[in-house]
Amino acid sequence: MLRRGLISGIAGAMLMARWRQSLVAAVGVMFSITMFVTLLGFMTGLNDLLDGLILNRSPHVRLYRDIRPSAEQPLSKDPQYRGSYALVESVKPNGNRMALYNGGAILQSLRQDPRVLGVAPKITAQVFYQTGAIELTGLINGVEPEAENRFFHFGDYVRSGKAEDLSRVPNSIILGKGVADKTMARVGDIIQVLTVAGDRVPLKVVGFFQSGLMDVDKVQSYTSIGTARKLLGKDNQYVTDLQVKLHDITVAPALAREYAKGFETDAEDIQTANSQFETGSSVRSIISYAVGITLLVVAGFGIYNILNMMIYEKMDSIAILKATGFSGRDVNRIFILIAVRIGVAGGAAGLLTGYLLSSVIDQIPFNTAALPTISTYPVNYNPKFYIIALSFALITTILAGWFPARKASKVDPVSIIRGK
Amino acid sequence: MTQNENPIVLEARKIAKYFHDPATIKVLDGVDMQVRRGEFVSVTGKSGCGKSTLLYILSTMDTDYEGEVLIGGRSVKGMKEADLALIRNEKIGFVFQFHYLLNEFSVLKNVMLPALKLGRLPEKEIEAKAMEKLRILGMDGQALKKANQLSGGQKQRVAIARALINDPLIIMGDEPTGNLDKKNSDTVFGIFRSLASDFNQTLLVVTHDPEFAAGTDRIVEMEDGRILNS
Ligand SMILES: Nc1ncnc2c1ncn2[C@@H]1O[C@H](COP(=O)(O)OP(=O)(O)O)[C@@H](O)[C@H]1O
Ligand SMILES: [Mg+2]
Repeated sequence: MLRRGLISGIAGAMLMARWRQSLVAAVGVMFSITMFVTLLGFMTGLNDLLDGLILNRSPHVRLYRDIRPSAEQPLSKDPQYRGSYALVESVKPNGNRMALYNGGAILQSLRQDPRVLGVAPKITAQVFYQTGAIELTGLINGVEPEAENRFFHFGDYVRSGKAEDLSRVPNSIILGKGVADKTMARVGDIIQVLTVAGDRVPLKVVGFFQSGLMDVDKVQSYTSIGTARKLLGKDNQYVTDLQVKLHDITVAPALAREYAKGFETDAEDIQTANSQFETGSSVRSIISYAVGITLLVVAGFGIYNILNMMIYEKMDSIAILKATGFSGRDVNRIFILIAVRIGVAGGAAGLLTGYLLSSVIDQIPFNTAALPTISTYPVNYNPKFYIIALSFALITTILAGWFPARKASKVDPVSIIRGK
Repeated sequence: MTQNENPIVLEARKIAKYFHDPATIKVLDGVDMQVRRGEFVSVTGKSGCGKSTLLYILSTMDTDYEGEVLIGGRSVKGMKEADLALIRNEKIGFVFQFHYLLNEFSVLKNVMLPALKLGRLPEKEIEAKAMEKLRILGMDGQALKKANQLSGGQKQRVAIARALINDPLIIMGDEPTGNLDKKNSDTVFGIFRSLASDFNQTLLVVTHDPEFAAGTDRIVEMEDGRILNS
């Protein structure tokens, strides 16, 4: 105990004797830790934001029916041709069934699946929005606003109005911001919607929808699932999409395959649908880590330099310590301790300034029409980054101290004392 | 002389030492010597005859030699670096030509360091003991000064106090007065003399100052890596 205090006392005294250089080395560590924490916090904030833009709003598994020709043509059902090989040319999809077969039953069994967090049924239909003499092509989504809100944050993207208004106000519609701008519709207006079948239905505008993706906002609009059924003249079993949110997103691909087989529908998982986003996120993270670690390595060289210089200057002291009974190991520990102190002091200060810089960035206004829910730059304060940063700082400083300390421990006192 | 019945504190047996740089030369050639408890021995000889080389081997700092060194009757040949460090800490006090104090620390702390390293006594007692040693050397008034605020003669006295702190078996000195003026040399010699006479401290001092050597109990004369008398 006494000895540990002694070693640390000697380390402290040597550090103080060269406090200016030690401070510079510590500031180097502080700077790199600051950048590491800030960069990762900011990049992750951005990643979360961009992920949120698509991934939060996407179902983990989507069940639907793709347009494709029937695999079984009437010809093959004829007993007369059983065993023969039929060649049918120019097969076309018959298109009159976009709905999921047995949508209601599938919904029931999905809701009982323990792996499923929730299911939101949806009807998508091609429509035209009529404004003056012009008809704009569009896509209307019939949704259950409550389910859509709970699982896909629908409400976050509804401006001037509420998602729930869709279920409260009969025959209501929430228009995409782009659609609203083009048709010059305001909340409370009635807009005429034309279905593909040629029916014209007046719907009351109760709000606008701004997803942040211009292409989406220019064509899409939302209505309640009931209104959508009425619009299309369908019964209350009709549903075109089942959007499944899972407890664990990673099992989505496996479940998509299982559902596709079990329910005889098409199923798409989120990973397949949005693979480009995952790639973007991980590339951004890798870049941040690379920059942060590079900075730390540079700071490590700073520590390495100061220690080498210190050892060069303190040759006499090292020789005297050894002559009076300090072992190579003691000397080694003294210099490692000097490195660790610089690293810990710089690292801790860096965590603090990194946090402060992050909170400053967090206050900078960041208003963009594309991101309605964001008003300042996004920053993530995950403690993970702070722990990683501090561990890296410690590892680099210990490594940077290692070789100089080894050199110091190997100093031959005789050659120093004799060499005077 | 009664001293001859005292136990042998330090013994060298057939020490040979070579330097290989630039060419291989034999610096020590079969050195035998014994130092008994309470003896004040000086080693003299022309510059370059191997006095310092011998002393560093006897002090366990140089381990690259042939022959054997016994300290307190125990051979130190082949001992590990850490164990040799412990022997230096506990049994040997060192005084160099260039005082070699740690400038980061106060005079008092410099004296305390070897005892703190040994860790036998609580810090308070070590401090009191260090003050006592400084008092013997007339340096207690400077205890709280930084080491680099002292004059050369004062530094050497502090170095002697440091050498004494662990009550060593033997104090070794390599030209401890070599860098001092006449007055300071006399003071340092007087201190050594009184340590030997009054405190029965064993001392082995390399010097090329004949006057210094003449005042010691025994002179070991060296020439070309050998001991002439004995
Ligand atoms: N590191 C070394 N490498 C080569 N030769 C050395 C080294 N150290 C000392 N010598 C030589 O060894 C001889 C003895 O040196 P030293 O013991 O210092 O003599 P002294 O102390 O008696 O003056 C000298 O000739 C010196 O040049
Ligand atoms: Mg010499």
